[in-house]
Amino acid sequence: MGAIYVLAEHRQGVLRDITLEMLTKASQLSEKMGGEIVTVLIGSSVDSFAEKLAGYSDKVLYVDDPLFADYNSDKYQKVLVELINQDKPELVMIGHTTQGVDLAPALAVEMKLPFVTDVIDLEFADGKPQPVRSYYSGKVNANFAFKGEAPYLITFRESTLEVAEPSKQGKVEKIESPLKEELDYRRFIEYVEAEVGDVDITQSEILIAVGRGLREEKNMAIIEDLAKAVKGDICGSRAATDAGWLAHDRQVGTSGKTVKPKLYIAIGISGAFQHLAGMKGAKTIVAINKDPDAPIFSVADFAIVDDLFKVIPKLTEKLKELRG
Amino acid sequence: MKTFVCIKRVPDTSESVVKVDASGKDVDSSKFSFDINDADNYAVEEAVLIKEANGGTVQVICAGPQDSDVMIRMALAKGGDSAVRIDDPRINSLDPLKVAKVLAAVIKSEEFDLVLTGCMAADDGGMAVGVALAEELGVSHAAMVKKVQVEDGKVRVQRELEGGISEVVEITLPAVLTIQTGINEPRYAPIKGIRQAQKKELKVLKIEDLGLDENEVNEASSLIELQNLYMPEVVSNAEVIEGEPEEKAEIMATKLVKGGLL
Repeated sequence: MGAIYVLAEHRQGVLRDITLEMLTKASQLSEKMGGEIVTVLIGSSVDSFAEKLAGYSDKVLYVDDPLFADYNSDKYQKVLVELINQDKPELVMIGHTTQGVDLAPALAVEMKLPFVTDVIDLEFADGKPQPVRSYYSGKVNANFAFKGEAPYLITFRESTLEVAEPSKQGKVEKIESPLKEELDYRRFIEYVEAEVGDVDITQSEILIAVGRGLREEKNMAIIEDLAKAVKGDICGSRAATDAGWLAHDRQVGTSGKTVKPKLYIAIGISGAFQHLAGMKGAKTIVAINKDPDAPIFSVADFAIVDDLFKVIPKLTEKLKELRG
Repeated sequence: MKTFVCIKRVPDTSESVVKVDASGKDVDSSKFSFDINDADNYAVEEAVLIKEANGGTVQVICAGPQDSDVMIRMALAKGGDSAVRIDDPRINSLDPLKVAKVLAAVIKSEEFDLVLTGCMAADDGGMAVGVALAEELGVSHAAMVKKVQVEDGKVRVQRELEGGISEVVEITLPAVLTIQTGINEPRYAPIKGIRQAQKKELKVLKIEDLGLDENEVNEASSLIELQNLYMPEVVSNAEVIEGEPEEKAEIMATKLVKGGLL
């Protein structure tokens, strides 16, 4: 069986968690189907990452060149095409992240690779890796099969598993960059840091979170009442900040903040993985949603399956009563 | 600026129960309400804003059945100039690479500066069509864009990254941008626009009209195959609060206060 390629992801001097998550999954898969685990590390002077990755890989292919000081999908694509053509791995894993989704679909088209995106798990069936993905924000799963010849390409979702301890001592092989000069059609300019708002929700002890289920901005009134009653801060899902009900710095999830409050009350939030990744570390989670199968309940400690407009005002009233 | 914007009609399932249908390969969508995909709605607005600032045209493209026409007319009412809908059940819509091939065939036949798509569809969440489309067209791209500045022969865009950070990237035109939600405030279609939209051109095409062969875009030609759909086991350790809404509120309030959770 050919190798399993994992593309290392890093930014601003930090190795992203998705890398070791993919390597952990690759290791589980390799036990069933065989094949070396090869990590592809593309960057500039990131030797410490190469060493760390060797603990999870049979081999680290390390392209170390100032051309790769900052991420650029088009440059990565050129390197990957070269390496994949040379080695013909069985499977190529790229993170389903802001870097990965900017890269993998173009790579799939260029190399005519069988491609499944946003994979949450990988089985091994009929002599091939078999991807599982999810639809409708996690409400339905789908088994996919690859047709045709390897290499197969997937993007793998973040935070689906716990990272294992390192158990390998792969060798680091530095290779020359197949790309020799800058690309003139896409240029990295700079990073823009996150906005800083009036309340830092990552420090809040009690958070009241709202989502699409709230429907309209005027309904924020019942949320504000509840927040006052429990002396909590208000945050929300992407839907709530996009709609302008809340400032962007109040967004919880992969593209917003990761929060760890003592109490998190999720109201009208179905629980797409992007949101769960940002709040599942809360100590106690109360979820209120009309759909009993909403993914938010998978991380909740208390589940209220009901209409939030009937429950929330009563809840506020009762809390005021009990707390005097 | 000549801009294309690609849109898709999707169900809103955020608060609905989703069940797999008898075929095991689709969901029962009889109770869903449908509308334009959220991110695509922002892409339409961005295309119209670019036209208002720079002049030019906005052409709307959609691969989907006739029920999509209401949504397409709304995009025209907001400022789109004309539309093409590819109505062909032979297209394997489960495979983003096939959808990209079809959209590319529409766009290739004309000159263009920009193609905008939503960065993600709410139903399949694949985030693949836009970037695949760029590769099909042989032009540059940027995914998950939350700010667009058109400059001479270029666009300067902000791509959203994880944790609230973004990166500024400069891209040569023509280009494909996949638009993230929240980039702008989508307008409501004005009454006058809605009237005018009825008279705007909406071409309905089959794949042959695009110079494509069935065997390039159908299910048999895909390199991936959906085996089956299933309901994920929601492993929940949550204590379910039972009763009428009022009772639930009371029980929960008591637990929060007496349980020392506040």
